[in-house]
Amino acid sequence: MKVILRNPRREIDVEGRRRVKELLGELGILPSTVLVIRDNELLTSDAVVGGDDVLEVRPVMSGGNGGPR
Amino acid sequence: MKCRKCGGSAALELRRHNAAFCPPHFIEFFRKQVAEAVHRHQMFSRGETILVAVSGGKDSLALWDVLIEDGYRTAGLYLDLGIFDYSKESKDKCEAFAAARGQTLHIERVADAVGAPIPVVQQVTRRPTCSGCGLSKRYLMNRAALQHGYPVVATGHNLDDEAATLFGSVMHWQTDALPRQSPALASTHPKLVRRVKPLYRLSELETAAYAFLRGIDYIVEECPFAQGATSIAHKEILNRLEETSPGSKHNFLFGFLERARPAFERVEDVPLQECTSCGQVTTGTVCAFCKMADLVKRRTS
Repeated sequence: MKVILRNPRREIDVEGRRRVKELLGELGILPSTVLVIRDNELLTSDAVVGGDDVLEVRPVMSGGNGGPR
Repeated sequence: MKCRKCGGSAALELRRHNAAFCPPHFIEFFRKQVAEAVHRHQMFSRGETILVAVSGGKDSLALWDVLIEDGYRTAGLYLDLGIFDYSKESKDKCEAFAAARGQTLHIERVADAVGAPIPVVQQVTRRPTCSGCGLSKRYLMNRAALQHGYPVVATGHNLDDEAATLFGSVMHWQTDALPRQSPALASTHPKLVRRVKPLYRLSELETAAYAFLRGIDYIVEECPFAQGATSIAHKEILNRLEETSPGSKHNFLFGFLERARPAFERVEDVPLQECTSCGQVTTGTVCAFCKMADLVKRRTS
């Protein structure tokens, strides 16, 4: 499957099938810090991904100051 | 994973609530949390027009969407920080959002008020970028609300933002900052508008999910100056804690608001006056914004 990561934007290929939670663990990403998107749908951590899937792992963290978000 | 309400396929798991929701029930949950925040802190009434400070990011646009959908009268305020392509893209997102929903969007350029865009302000003042940026935003939000006659400014600060700010204040025992940390800050001077944070009950993950599920086109890229910011480091620490103990951030913030904050309120009784330069409210003779703008003027001329 193809995994699209952000900040900076890059793509990686991952072989095999596994649960989202396991994929994020391998990538060193905490599940609560990203949205995982496949075919314009959000996936929960128990969803199984792999094969021809294209996943976007979109970080949710913002900030740096006391102004608008 | 199944939706707690309907048993359908869940789109988001909320570990701190030990629940998961499908898209329609998550959106319902999200809006109820905002309504609860507005009600609990009497943030604004139906008769008022709310100025929503928008950055083009997920939080502020999600907030604006919720308020519009709930039938509130709103207008947006975009502060153009002049941060290269990042500001251009975020401004485009705000303009497109407002136009699609028939909403007024006020735009203020930081460079017009301070004398230079944020990257130059950072260079010439040598203060942390986020510090000058935050000061400019707070000042300009209040000034714009006064100029246009809005009684209240709403910002998109979420639970993670508030918990990280609290963590930073506690780490340094900033007892002057602690009483000011609140989901709603009342107007304590005729020239100071009310400031509210209707998303304080919702996590960053939840605001991102709401914006995504609502099809809101927001800027995903981080501000180029946010990297290495202290608030980001604090968020990362709290995220690791949350991972092993879901609900930690919620308990930390809500425990403070309900039980600890009143103890610090007594220490804040600072007389307010008007800045001799600009007329906005300050605790000194000249406000911090005017001092910064003066420094920028002197060092760039």
